[in-house]
Amino acid sequence: MIEIAKEIQTAAYLFASILFILSLGGLSSQESAKRGVIYGIVGMIVAIVATVLGQGVEGHVYIIGAIAIASLIGIMVARKVEMTSMPQLVAILHSFVGMAAVLVGFGSYMDPETQALTGAAHMIHLVEVFIGIFIGAITFTGSIVAWGKLDGKIPSKPWAFKGLQMMNLILLSACAVLGYFFCTAHGTEGMLPLLIMTAIASYIGIVLVMAIGGGDMPVVVSMLNSYSGWAASAAGFMLGNDLLIVTGALVGSSGAILSMHMCHAMNRSFFAVIFANATASSSQGGEKKAIEGEVTALNHEEVAALLKEARSVVIVPGYGMAVAKAQYPIYEMVQVLQKAGKKVRFAIHPVAGRLPGHMNVLLAEANVPYDIVLEMDEINEDMPTTDVVMVIGANDVVNPSAQDDPASSIYGMPVIEVWKAEKVIIMKRSMAAGYSGEDNPLFYKPNSEMLYGDAKASVEKILGFLKG
Amino acid sequence: MKVGIPSEIFPSELRVAATPKTVKRLQKQGFEVYIQQGAGTKANFSDKDFEEAGAKIVKTAAEIYGQSDIVLKVKEPAVEEVALMREGLVMLSYLWPAQNQELLQKLADKKVNAVAMDAIPRISRAQKMDVLSSMANIAGYRSVIEGSYHFGRFLNGQITAAGKVEPAKVLVIGAGVAGLAAIGAANSLGAIVRAFDTRKEVAEQIESMGATFLTVEIEEDGATSSGYSKEMSKEFIEAEMKLFLEQAKECDIVITTAQIPGRPAPKLWMDYHVDAMKPGSVIVDLAASTGGNCAYTKNGEIYVTPNGVTIVGKLSQLPSQASQLYGNNLCHLLDDMGKAEKWKIDMEDAVVSRAMVTYNGKINWPPAPLPVSPTAGGKAKVMPPTVEETKATADAASKKATNSMVITLSLVGAMLFLVGKYAPSDFIQHFTVFILAIFVGWQLITNVAHALHTPLMAVTNAISGIIVVGGLLQTTNDIKSPMTIIAGIAILIASINIVGGFFVTHRMLKMFKK
Repeated sequence: MIEIAKEIQTAAYLFASILFILSLGGLSSQESAKRGVIYGIVGMIVAIVATVLGQGVEGHVYIIGAIAIASLIGIMVARKVEMTSMPQLVAILHSFVGMAAVLVGFGSYMDPETQALTGAAHMIHLVEVFIGIFIGAITFTGSIVAWGKLDGKIPSKPWAFKGLQMMNLILLSACAVLGYFFCTAHGTEGMLPLLIMTAIASYIGIVLVMAIGGGDMPVVVSMLNSYSGWAASAAGFMLGNDLLIVTGALVGSSGAILSMHMCHAMNRSFFAVIFANATASSSQGGEKKAIEGEVTALNHEEVAALLKEARSVVIVPGYGMAVAKAQYPIYEMVQVLQKAGKKVRFAIHPVAGRLPGHMNVLLAEANVPYDIVLEMDEINEDMPTTDVVMVIGANDVVNPSAQDDPASSIYGMPVIEVWKAEKVIIMKRSMAAGYSGEDNPLFYKPNSEMLYGDAKASVEKILGFLKG
Repeated sequence: MKVGIPSEIFPSELRVAATPKTVKRLQKQGFEVYIQQGAGTKANFSDKDFEEAGAKIVKTAAEIYGQSDIVLKVKEPAVEEVALMREGLVMLSYLWPAQNQELLQKLADKKVNAVAMDAIPRISRAQKMDVLSSMANIAGYRSVIEGSYHFGRFLNGQITAAGKVEPAKVLVIGAGVAGLAAIGAANSLGAIVRAFDTRKEVAEQIESMGATFLTVEIEEDGATSSGYSKEMSKEFIEAEMKLFLEQAKECDIVITTAQIPGRPAPKLWMDYHVDAMKPGSVIVDLAASTGGNCAYTKNGEIYVTPNGVTIVGKLSQLPSQASQLYGNNLCHLLDDMGKAEKWKIDMEDAVVSRAMVTYNGKINWPPAPLPVSPTAGGKAKVMPPTVEETKATADAASKKATNSMVITLSLVGAMLFLVGKYAPSDFIQHFTVFILAIFVGWQLITNVAHALHTPLMAVTNAISGIIVVGGLLQTTNDIKSPMTIIAGIAILIASINIVGGFFVTHRMLKMFKK
């Protein structure tokens, strides 16, 4: 096989880094996003080829074999996955990165070359291995639990017990002690502390995500995304590979920003989401406001009649739309309404769904043009002039308590002000509270009407009346 | 339960308390509906329409009043009607309890439980039964139509081959339900609309309907806890009169809607205002029945003043539309009282207890006050901070920010110094790259559109599969060595990640279409 010089490899790595940066930059708008993906793919190919052709790499046959098998699996999975289960796919892929980081860490520890290091360099290498495996293991098990919760295999209710924080703290200090033993051991004698630490980190990853409820999943998934980046970065440090460091740092900081975005959209601090149970959140205490009024319900025919009379309609989708896979009939309904000359738009709350931007992807899947899909801030000022708002499977993101009830646990969270519209129709399976557990005074307002039932079936029925 | 609807006997009352649509609705609520022959004729509903809707036609009013459980009426009952009523009857009607004490006494003596639809409290929950609002809406609309009929010119501005037409200027005084409806109607006909109200809080509503809010330069708010306006100070009224005089010279149509419950309407448009108006102008006085807002108004009459201003003191009721809305209000109240099945007169209920003016032989008027206002109470108490205060807080905040910035930076500096002192040069190089990359990532992602967050995660996910490089560097030619096996597995799963991540991102982005 041809071998390339170290300098050329470094240059190739630099090129790949630039391509990755361009790739992320390309995602800033819909027009350039596709180009961004191409940059990413090219960057990845450059990086892999430059590594494989580099000096001292052995076992080309096995490498090519492994990549070929993996590519087949990857394409099959990516082809088959439904857009509604995107969150699960992203979560499970994160766990792969975590697993790979752990494996690379162990590999690096066993590598005879690194054993030859001495002094500070040796010490730093050991610390890098230790931290890399620690982050990798948390990412791995945390992502698996997140996947289970998103897929419904594990109940999405927050699971925690008293003293959980305390126990995590103790485990964390145990890891630090193990780290000391690991770093002072000779040869590969540190394997035992390393294995124990891996077990502890895996356990921490599990309880960390178990304690977080379904509605906070957007934060968790982006947090794990960030971790997977840091794990790659740590691997870069232990292997002395700048490409890994740069790419890992890019991914790590991007995940961190996303998590902060999500927390901001829920008016909660990052630590409150990750370390506190959802139930004991930022409530400011005081008497809860009593809810006045009564809940009134409509049937499908009446809703269709309301829509026929409306001039402007806004649809607010939530996780309920994703569960019912209602995006297709909804867009069909939108087209019927648009043909009748009505102004129809979608309003998306930043934390609607289980993944940042989840709603946008689902609507795009149903061919909804993205220029009628608006963000909360863009649409809130239009609410008073809107005739009918349809809330489909959303709850907390349209809760007026967030603005007027300081005793509510979601007080201060920005919400879509649907109650300012002429009429609000709330499509819901039952009167149950939303993820936050807060009762929603919106349902009791005189201008809001409930429409009970599965979102998809309901929309299809309304569609029938609109056409008929 | 039986619901009866008698004919209205007052000659100028054209409305009826039920329409075929509300009859259907009443039946859905579980009531049997009886209606007197010819009750709907004046509102253009025939007996046949009612029969088709499921009502039973009854010949005389005596049968209605004698056999029903609930009677629905529009105009307050006359003495001869009260005589026909049976004991324990529930009657829903206009009653004007403040002006009709005698009538209340008669109803109480008869042990009729009378609900005054005009006494429904004006709270959000009762909006759907508020007949004053629904009727005021009609009056407001009609006032513009009537005014424009007598005006004799276009309301909207036009440029035609025959010449240019200036748009008409309409002034609406009082922005209650009627006033706002008038503003809306005049605006959609193309007129230039101005509106005046003593309550500052309605400025936004006026502007939202498309009119300019006129105000006087005196700080005084006319809002009260009842939702109606209070009487203003002498200075305020003087300034108001001056403003009206300026408007009188300019405006073509003036619509006045100011009314105070239980009292004569305030005089707002004085003789000298009318005298100042251009010939051909029109005044529509919606308060004519309670004395009129305009000094020259004659209730029930339309006439032209010597200087050519038409003053309209009567309006058609649009009986068909009005009956429909009034009937809906009644249905909503019956809904609230439990429909036929769970019918209950709940004197604990905020709405029923206030509107039920006679109950079990006793007069229940005037009701306990119920404070409501369109804006939250107590808002005015929060004083905006003065300029100095704002500046002081801003200064303190920026000082605090500078302080914490200095502390953070010195901490970071100290940490980097330690790293530089003890770590080998190799590590420092990698560390530099690492920190710079974090900053680049931070800058890049801040720009990403929210809608693209899911594709972004999929792509970063694929990119973090770069960890495959670690596996690649560790593979050896010896398949049996544990290092190669571990590295092989790492390559395998990392590659699934890369290929799957990129592919699924591509799939997603293909779907985004304009």
